[in-house]
Amino acid sequence: MTTQRTSGRRKQALAAAAVVAGLLTTAACGGGNDSGDSKSGAAGFNAANNKVAQADQVKKGGTLKFVTTQDADSWDTTRGYYGFMWDFARYYSRQLLTYKTEPGAEGAKVTPDLATDMGKVSDGGKTYTFTLRDGITWEDGKPITSKDVKYGIERVWAQDVLSGGPIYLQQMLDPKGTYKGPYKDKAADHLGLKAIDTPDDKTIVFHLPTPNSDFLQVLAMVSGSPVRQDKDTKSKYGLHPFSSGPYKFQSYSPGKNLVLVRNTSWKASSDPVRKAYPDKITLDISTNQVDSDQRLINGDYDVDASQTGLGPQGRQIALKQHKANLDNPVSGFIRYAVFPQSVKPFDNIHCRKAVIYAADHVSLQTARGGPIAGGDIGTNMLPPSVAGGEGQKYDPYQIAGANKNGNADLAKQELKACGQPNGFSTTIAVRNNKSQEVATAQSLQAALKKVGINADIYQYDGSQSPGIIGSPSNVAKKKLGIIIMGWGPDFPTVQGYGIPLWSSKYILQSGNNNYALIKDKTIDGLFDQYTQTLDEAKKAQISTEINHKVMEGAYYLPFTFEKFLNIRSSRLANVYTTDAYSGYYDFVNLGLKSTK
Amino acid sequence: MTAPLHEPTAEAAPSAADEAAVATAGVKAVQGRSLGRIAWGRLKRDKLALTGGVVVLVLIVIALLAPVITNLVGQDPNDYHENLIDPLFGTPTGSLGGISGDHLLGVEPVNGRDIFARIVYGAQISLLVGFLSAVVAVILGTVLGILAGFFGGWVDSVISRVMDGLLAFPQLLFIIALVSVMPNSMLGLTGTGVRVFVMILVIGFFGWPYIGRVVRGQTLSLREREYVEAARSLGAGRFYILFKELLPNLVAPIIVYTTMMIPTNILTEAALSFLGVGVKPPTASWGQMLSSAIDYYDSDPMYMVVPGVAIFITVLAFNLFGDGVRDALDPKGSR
Repeated sequence: MTTQRTSGRRKQALAAAAVVAGLLTTAACGGGNDSGDSKSGAAGFNAANNKVAQADQVKKGGTLKFVTTQDADSWDTTRGYYGFMWDFARYYSRQLLTYKTEPGAEGAKVTPDLATDMGKVSDGGKTYTFTLRDGITWEDGKPITSKDVKYGIERVWAQDVLSGGPIYLQQMLDPKGTYKGPYKDKAADHLGLKAIDTPDDKTIVFHLPTPNSDFLQVLAMVSGSPVRQDKDTKSKYGLHPFSSGPYKFQSYSPGKNLVLVRNTSWKASSDPVRKAYPDKITLDISTNQVDSDQRLINGDYDVDASQTGLGPQGRQIALKQHKANLDNPVSGFIRYAVFPQSVKPFDNIHCRKAVIYAADHVSLQTARGGPIAGGDIGTNMLPPSVAGGEGQKYDPYQIAGANKNGNADLAKQELKACGQPNGFSTTIAVRNNKSQEVATAQSLQAALKKVGINADIYQYDGSQSPGIIGSPSNVAKKKLGIIIMGWGPDFPTVQGYGIPLWSSKYILQSGNNNYALIKDKTIDGLFDQYTQTLDEAKKAQISTEINHKVMEGAYYLPFTFEKFLNIRSSRLANVYTTDAYSGYYDFVNLGLKSTK
Repeated sequence: MTAPLHEPTAEAAPSAADEAAVATAGVKAVQGRSLGRIAWGRLKRDKLALTGGVVVLVLIVIALLAPVITNLVGQDPNDYHENLIDPLFGTPTGSLGGISGDHLLGVEPVNGRDIFARIVYGAQISLLVGFLSAVVAVILGTVLGILAGFFGGWVDSVISRVMDGLLAFPQLLFIIALVSVMPNSMLGLTGTGVRVFVMILVIGFFGWPYIGRVVRGQTLSLREREYVEAARSLGAGRFYILFKELLPNLVAPIIVYTTMMIPTNILTEAALSFLGVGVKPPTASWGQMLSSAIDYYDSDPMYMVVPGVAIFITVLAFNLFGDGVRDALDPKGSR
């Protein structure tokens, strides 16, 4: 699961690019944004946040208009890693299983899509057998076979040609990398992967070397989509993926626009998930966030595809004038500071606790953008959107409670227990490309000074993270005692979020994400137990337990459970956010109130 | 031979009668009326330059007394006042960026730090870097320029080519690169101390060719003068001629270029801090304030206006004063 870090970085890079785009633009703001009827049709503030807004008003037909400030990394189902691409790809791709089209936490659960059921598990969780539905077709009307599914999954192995996407499937099915990918496959049918059997066109069998309780979650990612061999254009596939879903590519100009039209071969009877309300879906790629925010506010576009939230200017206008069009969902991201145990005195738990108690958590929240744009004060390290996450209910250090403005007395007690009664000096490492990051570093610096901890702020280029904070030897050499970072899950489970951060097996010499260098046998054991457990309730319980162990170690100072502020036009119906895609709107079943 | 204050350009067509007397009469005729006095006399009549000079003095006093001033108004530059911030937008709740009796120039967005106190402390950094880097440049430029002009030959060639090279060097990029690889502590300095030290050295180092060229040019023309020849024929040594005969005549252009260089250096420091390679947080600096104000240009324009005006006033004051000094020392220049 080493690509977890890639994901974090990519999502961060996307957000950074959006911020930069916002900074570079100096377009005039304000005025001319009151388009009259927009208020009357709006569903209300947070009306689509974890619930469905205006489902009864949806009409079939019309053109659904997306805008984004950045194109997808790739529309190839094997190569895409941006969260919004995964969300959008369900328009033109189907998987054996997919996420439920339900709001909030329910949406993070998987449900059969191409498969008739959730699969038969045998051999102690090592074998999964699926049967394909009848009536599933490609855009040219030919049926989708189990071999197409196998070939689509095999493409994940061809990382030399199709780089960029998540590789969980490869790591779970063939962790040793014995298969070299379909393009180097000597077999005539290029279906040499031994971990998958296709006894007939309707049946597909997966053989895992070791059980993994999140295998179904990973199958539901778009990298598990079928691809037909005769339509595979390898590295160019992202320009025109061959559709298995209700819509197909009509035209695509990279960096400019994308138009999807109905796939007439798709049969609603074969698809229990997708409703396919609009006739046409357009995606315009704008380079100017201020401009695209303004046009979303005006109602020229229906929804922001990148779902990174409105920029600072757009946020103010929208909150003041179009609040009923806004949703403020919790994203899967947590913003936090982490204490590498290799840097003295953070090898001592009391010094780590001293920092947690000294910090002014309200000030850190304000630095992140306040309760709406920043998020709720973070009290623990498991996102509320992940199964087993408890949100602010679990607050072992009273971060959002009694100590929310910092508790100097407790901090000084911990400093004494740590053997540093007069405080100490340390360095805060922070990425320089985002103003909120530096603002949190300054807030922490000011709060620590009050208890005698003198922190110097070390700013570095965010794109260099893997070699700077991701290198434990560099962290120790530069004495980076406090690292400010953020993290979000690839798939909404404790494995998809926490393994790279907390497992001793994931301490790397470069590109490390276990910054605290946590080597805790209990935590490692709990992760092993998790991957062997198939029962969902038990899985959630283990997730909670892992989170508690991490918090008890005081390795992290959480800042916020991050929130986005997203806008939906008044034309939209059947809108809801889903935890499957970090609080994004579920694109696939969006509809319009009027077909005009 | 102690006062051979022939300003080289003063020989031709002086504008006022007493100036003519200076230029044409012998040394004895102008006893007690040194160039400095004459220049002061002219400067006193230049109201704009005097205003500039007064503002510069006030700025220096503010910078020196920063802790006293902030104590008087009861504000610390690094104290957070988040009760004055609207948590929804991060902007100050009060009008005009939160200007009030307590916060004379308002507070910063997000953290509510007092802008007045930060401007006052920011003056320290701006003036410190501006002055000291000018001193570095003047010392290097004068010594190397005078050597190049006086000795000529290969010494001149080497120094002149070095100056050409430095003038062509992308100094801003170089400083950015240098600051980012600087260790966090050196020579007993840490954090902001290191950054300030490096900025002074580097800005000064890249500034000396501007003075060096002028000094070299003046030296070239001065060394052929009769009084230098006279000294030489009387057996004066090289260093006597360099420092007793030539240097006093170079004082005027050096002063002029120094007053012109300080505002440029202040702007360079602001640019570096703006780009995030200047002083480290939480140390206040005008450039850094401008940089963080970009996010709020629409919602809290005062935050951008205040440091912008501070930089504007400072640079303008130095420039006006510098212009006045130049005019006073150089009567040939148009006034």
